[in-house]
Amino acid sequence: MARFIVRRIVHMLLVLWAISVLVFLIFNVVPGGGTEGQVLRIAGRNANEVTREQVKKDYGFDQPMYVQYYEMMKKTLNGELISYSDQRNVRDEIVKGIPATASLVIGAGIIWLTVGVLFGVLSALYAGKFVDRFLTGLAMIGISMPVFWLGLVALYYLTYKIELFPPGGYVPLKEDPVDWAYHLMLPWMVLSVLFIGFYSRLLRTNVLDVENEDYVRTARAKGLSERQTLSRHTLRNAMIPIITLFGLDFGATFGGGAILTESIFGLQGVGQYTAESIGALDVPPIMGVVLYGAFFIVLLNTIVDILYAYLDPRIRLEA
Amino acid sequence: MSQAAALVFILIVASCITAPLYAEHVAGTGPNDEHVTKKIEQDGEQVDVVAPDGKPIGPTWGKEYFMGADNLGRDVMVRILYGGRNSLLVGLSAAVITLVLSILAGLLAGYFRGGVDRMISGLFDVMWSFPVLLFGIALGTALAIGGLNFWFIHLESGSIWIPTIVIGVVYVPYLGRTLRGQVLSLREKEFVEAAVAQGMGSPRIMFSEILPNLASTLLVFSTLIVANNILLETALSYLGAGIRPPEPSWGNLIADGADRIVTAPHLTLAPGLATVLTVLALNLFGDGLRDALNPRAKVRLR
Repeated sequence: MARFIVRRIVHMLLVLWAISVLVFLIFNVVPGGGTEGQVLRIAGRNANEVTREQVKKDYGFDQPMYVQYYEMMKKTLNGELISYSDQRNVRDEIVKGIPATASLVIGAGIIWLTVGVLFGVLSALYAGKFVDRFLTGLAMIGISMPVFWLGLVALYYLTYKIELFPPGGYVPLKEDPVDWAYHLMLPWMVLSVLFIGFYSRLLRTNVLDVENEDYVRTARAKGLSERQTLSRHTLRNAMIPIITLFGLDFGATFGGGAILTESIFGLQGVGQYTAESIGALDVPPIMGVVLYGAFFIVLLNTIVDILYAYLDPRIRLEA
Repeated sequence: MSQAAALVFILIVASCITAPLYAEHVAGTGPNDEHVTKKIEQDGEQVDVVAPDGKPIGPTWGKEYFMGADNLGRDVMVRILYGGRNSLLVGLSAAVITLVLSILAGLLAGYFRGGVDRMISGLFDVMWSFPVLLFGIALGTALAIGGLNFWFIHLESGSIWIPTIVIGVVYVPYLGRTLRGQVLSLREKEFVEAAVAQGMGSPRIMFSEILPNLASTLLVFSTLIVANNILLETALSYLGAGIRPPEPSWGNLIADGADRIVTAPHLTLAPGLATVLTVLALNLFGDGLRDALNPRAKVRLR
């Protein structure tokens, strides 16, 4: 088991390294995003030859590519990465955004897991009946909507037409817990809709699959009530893929997947910072944010893998 | 249900294809024609298409401005139809790219195993760990600024093919991983052994023996991939990393409308509803297809 864990962690570091190289290449080799483009963006479009040469030297763009990569990674790991456009420290900006992103994602995660499981179980229990059709229909609509469009429409109807919610913004939890929750209510719901759709559909299929297993029949045959069979045998097995998915989705949204929801509701989190840096083609923050996001995804992937290996010894031998 | 969904999707595609006919004969204006000072007759009165305070006319439900106008007096319905051409074109062509790349990668990795498999799976792992949207925006923005000059591909900045390629590449690991797994198990089957014994070469075994067995997976995935592509296009365009204005697309139209949602909500609602209807039809159709072909298969895209 220890060997497996070590191997997974080495793999995780390799993936992160590959991602950093890929991001560096995307923004440096691609025309317009490359050295010339960056120099122009820093020095300004109208800068003369001398200024441009100076910028090139100051920012190290005259160095060979691998030196530039090395320098950037060194700064990233030491937390000294500075934005080209506004000279602010990237790590500080990300750290500043984490409370808002964490509040959004943790709250939404709790909602989408509970509601998704509830809907999925109800659909499976009443498979083919009206409840099932209604919930499946809702789930289908949920996964067919662009998240940002749902956010816009919700903002229009629920904050402008009926003044039910505040029109966006983030209030720190420490300042005012009630206002914090009040401001996050709508973003939580909007972010959850898509995942509720996915989870309830997946859980419905899984529950129906597991219902056909012999051990469920055995459980019923030995006299367990429907309720006990469901909670102790069916759900316990049908939930395994859901928990895996939850780990991955949670990592992905925490790592910057909530860009759209954050921008629409002006939450000032990591996602919005990402959107702004990408809009400005500001390479250092993009590098920082992508690595931050990838770190969460890879980390949760690794945790899920290790948990699986712990539960199922066959995987340990295979990998 | 799934037949009805397929029909709805075909109708949407057909009406987008025939958009020029609608533009010329019904609405009488093109997708980028501006009519800021125009007046039309409504309930027997002359009404400004764009009011002096800049507020555009809402849906008239008539021939002209069926879905209203935008702030430049452009016909929203015409723009939705033309935007649909772009969104659907991007969605469908990106799906073709995804299919071709993931079939190649899946077959190579699953058939040859060993080093090839480790390389391809490693690449998938890296792409998988990128947040999809972040990867798409990063790539889309970088390419949109400078265009793409890679090997034999030369694309101007602002070309519709840039978001297409980005979207096409982003979903490769999702399908590629599934296919690789299937090829790995198919490879051990007797019919492959028989083909080897007959002296068939590797390419022929891969493409004419193994590939047909992947057909049902490919069919189910492709409808869902098109649906997801359309959603990703709207998201990318909304963030400015997709189809470049003034070229309309559903994502651009929603993004345009977002700034004016309070004065003219129809600008956001109409293209959004077009997107939801199309994606919903595709998802329902894919669901039916899945149940028909393989009731136990679990398909999921992010």
